[in-house]
Amino acid sequence: MSDAALLEPAIAAPARHGRMLRQVAGRVASGLVVLWAAVTLGFVSLQLAPGDIVSLLIGEQPRTPAVEAAIRAEWGLGDPVAVQYLRYLWRVLHGDFGRSYILQTDVSGLIASQIWPTAKLTAAALGVAIVFAVLSAVTTAGRSWARRVAGSVELVLASTPSFWLGIVLLFVFSFTLKLLPVAGDRTLSALVLPALSLGLALGAVVGQVLREGLERALEEPFALTVRSWGTTGLVLRVRHGLRHAALPAVTLTGWLVGHLLSGAVITEQVFGRPGLGRVTVEAVLGQDLPVVLAVAILSAAVFVVTSTAVDILSLLLDPRLRRDRS
Amino acid sequence: MSVTLALPARARQRRTPFPHAAALFLLVVAIGTAWPQVLTAYDPIAADPLQAQLPPSAVHWFGTDQLGRDVFARVVYGARYSMLIGVSAVGIAAVSGTLLGLAAGLLRGLADETISRVLDVVSSFPDLLLVLVLISFTGPGTSNLIVALGAASIPRFARVVRAQTFVVAGSGFVEQARTFGLHRATLVTRHILPHAAARVPILATIGLGSAIISAAGLSFLGMGPPRPTPEWGSMLAEGRNYLRVAWWISVWPGLVITLTVLSVNALGRRWQAAFDGRQA
Repeated sequence: MSDAALLEPAIAAPARHGRMLRQVAGRVASGLVVLWAAVTLGFVSLQLAPGDIVSLLIGEQPRTPAVEAAIRAEWGLGDPVAVQYLRYLWRVLHGDFGRSYILQTDVSGLIASQIWPTAKLTAAALGVAIVFAVLSAVTTAGRSWARRVAGSVELVLASTPSFWLGIVLLFVFSFTLKLLPVAGDRTLSALVLPALSLGLALGAVVGQVLREGLERALEEPFALTVRSWGTTGLVLRVRHGLRHAALPAVTLTGWLVGHLLSGAVITEQVFGRPGLGRVTVEAVLGQDLPVVLAVAILSAAVFVVTSTAVDILSLLLDPRLRRDRS
Repeated sequence: MSVTLALPARARQRRTPFPHAAALFLLVVAIGTAWPQVLTAYDPIAADPLQAQLPPSAVHWFGTDQLGRDVFARVVYGARYSMLIGVSAVGIAAVSGTLLGLAAGLLRGLADETISRVLDVVSSFPDLLLVLVLISFTGPGTSNLIVALGAASIPRFARVVRAQTFVVAGSGFVEQARTFGLHRATLVTRHILPHAAARVPILATIGLGSAIISAAGLSFLGMGPPRPTPEWGSMLAEGRNYLRVAWWISVWPGLVITLTVLSVNALGRRWQAAFDGRQA
């Protein structure tokens, strides 16, 4: 950190504002670079993969002259590689992921039609993870026996494969108690078990980070001050402690969303739900590369957007981070 | 889905519960991997339609599946496949990650910049998804699954080794060894690598837990060894269809996966705690 940065708080506010804007712009720019690199990686792996590009794009289906001609025309395989690359970038930039020759459909339309059930599942699971983490951290932080029990439960949950948890939940709540639907995505209650099986393991990991932060916050001098006001228990923990503990947990969220998206692939299979996961599994098994690459780029985009948003959010929440860290 | 246990420092100081139980369970799994016939007399592949879907009993401890195969025997023989996939994948990731990290840390400059940026991009895909992309290039199957899983977790090892290499290469004893006129290769293999890679076995142990879960998950999706191989994940997938009538077909293999991963994680944590205690 430079001397100027140390003196910085004394300087007038507009300068600080400018630095903040610059940092936000920097985060957005590096996010865009990662995204560009991800698209490029997809293109490069298509070029480098063994076998010619036509048979890669056709996947597991018989090769006919008509399909081959269509692929050559779509990807411009007669052109130099650089031109192909620029065309690919241009198309991806416009949300055009090409055509799946196995499913005989445009990839973008396919993904658009399947994204909603997956988004619902991911959002619900994120909710489960956050609620579990906050409840577990707030109620057990700093309490010797409770934290030990909660820690063990979290270790078990983090070691449980989500698909097995899903199967056990299905067996107990759907087949034995007959409380919740077995499969599908017609009602809100059909979302409960998938969200639980996907969200609990991640909630356990976040809960550990959150509890650690909360315990550290509760030992700080400000917590003693708040205690001396006569404020204890839940108010101290939630209103004063949790704010300080939240930051490391918030930075985990980008990672969390990525895991939720890839976990959704399996969870959808367990519960027979429609969505991107099912599309992905079928595409991978049929080696339908246009679809797989589109899903991969899309999820990299979601990951980049969430982690950039989280970075910016932490800048807003914590003034200390706004200083140059170089 | 696969969850890396990056643990808070405070949790590391606490003792992990039941280390002996975890070690004992892993010993049983190891026996099942090496000599499955010691643990069960049944054949994991031979179907017997007359014995189909029997609930757990003294004869069939875990019951029998839809084709009348003994579920306990399948779980025992399955250890071989699940452990093989998990251990080999982590081995590939650890070795190539260490080499890449070491190269980046020693060469610095452009080489370091290139390796680091590629690792950044690779890690911007959620890990399971990266494995799926790789498998869609290579097709499903045991060895493809191992390579894909291994390749996807290279960044985890490379990052740590790279950072450690920087620290070790700049430290006093390396400087001194250099003044003695040691050959660069000797310097790297004898003095830098052992210190830079000190944490790799711990990372590998913790990574093994998530590799086993990922491997089972991908087999569950049909990307692992072909049927009727008794792999734990594909047993779960088959049993899922019979859940209404025979819970034991899918519940037991899942329980064994969970216990294995739990044991690996618990021991990995304990090791990490001991290592950090020594470092501090």
